Amino acid sequence: MLEIKVLGVGCTNCVNLEKLCREVVAENAIEANIQKVTDFKEIAGFGIMSTPGLVINGKVVLSGKLPTKSTLTHWLMDALAEEETK
Amino acid sequence: MKNKSLILFILLPVWIVLYNYLQPITDYFVDSILEMEKRSHLTESIRFFIFEVPKVMLLLTLIVFVVGIIRSYFSPERTRKILGGKKLFVGNVLASMLGVVTPFCSCSAIPLFLGFVESGVPLGVTFSFLIAAPMINEVALVLLFGLFGWKTALLYMSTGLIIAIISGYIIGRLKLERLVEEWVYQVKAGHLDVVEEKIPFSHRITAGLDAVKEIVAKVWIHIVIGIGVGAGIHGYVPENFMAGLMGKSAWWSVPVAVIIGVPMYSNAAGIIPIVQALLEKGASLGTVLAFMMSVIGLSLPETIILKKVLKLRLIFIFVGIVAIGIIIVGYIFNFIF
Repeated sequence: MLEIKVLGVGCTNCVNLEKLCREVVAENAIEANIQKVTDFKEIAGFGIMSTPGLVINGKVVLSGKLPTKSTLTHWLMDALAEEETK
Repeated sequence: MKNKSLILFILLPVWIVLYNYLQPITDYFVDSILEMEKRSHLTESIRFFIFEVPKVMLLLTLIVFVVGIIRSYFSPERTRKILGGKKLFVGNVLASMLGVVTPFCSCSAIPLFLGFVESGVPLGVTFSFLIAAPMINEVALVLLFGLFGWKTALLYMSTGLIIAIISGYIIGRLKLERLVEEWVYQVKAGHLDVVEEKIPFSHRITAGLDAVKEIVAKVWIHIVIGIGVGAGIHGYVPENFMAGLMGKSAWWSVPVAVIIGVPMYSNAAGIIPIVQALLEKGASLGTVLAFMMSVIGLSLPETIILKKVLKLRLIFIFVGIVAIGIIIVGYIFNFIF
C-alpha cells in the first residue's frame, strides 16, 4: 500500500497532479492511498517551497512542477518494488 | 534528444526570417489578399492585430524558452540558501534580482514565505523577493519589448527592481516581525537536501521547452484578447483622446491609475497591449508605467493569500509602501519625458 501525498493549495498544477496520480494508480492497479495536503504547516514541514509537491511513502520526490506520466509511473513502481523487498 | 536540438537549430533561422518580414507579410495580406480599403479605421485595426499577435507570440516563444533554461539554474532552495542571514540592503538587492530569475508562482507564495522566514532570511529581504518576483517576469518584459521597445522594457525592469529593493529595505527597517502571524515562527520547516547534481544541458533544453508549453498555453488567449482590444483603440479612438485623462497635464492621473490598478487583476499579457494603445492616444509614459506596475505587481488575490501569514496591518503597510513607490516612479517619468 503506497502512501501518496499531493501537496498544494489551489494551483492548477496541484489539481492536475492529483488527477494524474489517480490515473496512473488506476491504470496500473496499484494499491495506494492518495491524499491531498492543503495545510501550509504540513507542506512547509516537508520543506516544499514551490507547489505542487509530491511525497511517496514519506519521501519528497518532486516540487514545483508536473511530472510526465511515464516519470510518475516509474516513481510509483520503484516505491512498490522497495516496499516488497522490505 | 539529439533530434530535438537539431530541430531547434533549424527553427531559429525560420524564426529570424519570420520576425523580420512580418510587416511586409502583413501588408501584403491586408492590402493584396483581403484588398481592404487603405487607411480606414477597420483596416488599420486589422493590420495592427495581424501584425502584433504573431510578433508578440514569436518573441514570447523565444524569450520564454531562454528564460526557462536560465531558470533551471535557480531553485527556491538555492535562493533561500543564498539569502539566509544576509544583511539588509545587500540582502534586498540580491533578493530582488533573484526574484526575477527564480521560478515563482503566486500560488506558492505562502510555502515560499514560510521556507524563507524559517531558515533565517530577514523579513524585509523576503519582501523584496515577493515584490520583484511577480512584478518583473518574462511575459511582461516580452510584451514591453515587443510593443514599446527596449527602452521602456529596461525602464520597467530597473524601476521595478528599485521599488522592490527600497520597499523591502523599509519594511526591514520598520522591524515588523511582530505583525507576522505567530504560528509562522513555530513552523519547523523541513529542509530538502537538493543534491547539486550536474544536470546535462539537454535536460535544461527540455526545461526550456516545458516552460514554453506551459506559459504559452496559459497566456496566448490573454495576448490575443489584449491585442484585439488594443487594435480597436488603435483604429477607432481619436488621437490625443487620452491626453486629458492620462496625460501629463492631469497631475492626479498617476495616483488614480494606481488606485484603479491595484484591485485589478490581470496578467501582463492582457494589460500591456491595451495600455500601449492608450499611450499612443496621448496617455503619458509615467502614468501608463504606474498603471501597469500596480496591475501586475500588486494583485488582490495574492495579497489575500498573504493574509494567512501576515496580520492585516502588515498587508496594508506592504501595499502602501509599494503603491507609494509606484506613484513616485510614475511622477518621475512624467517629469522626465
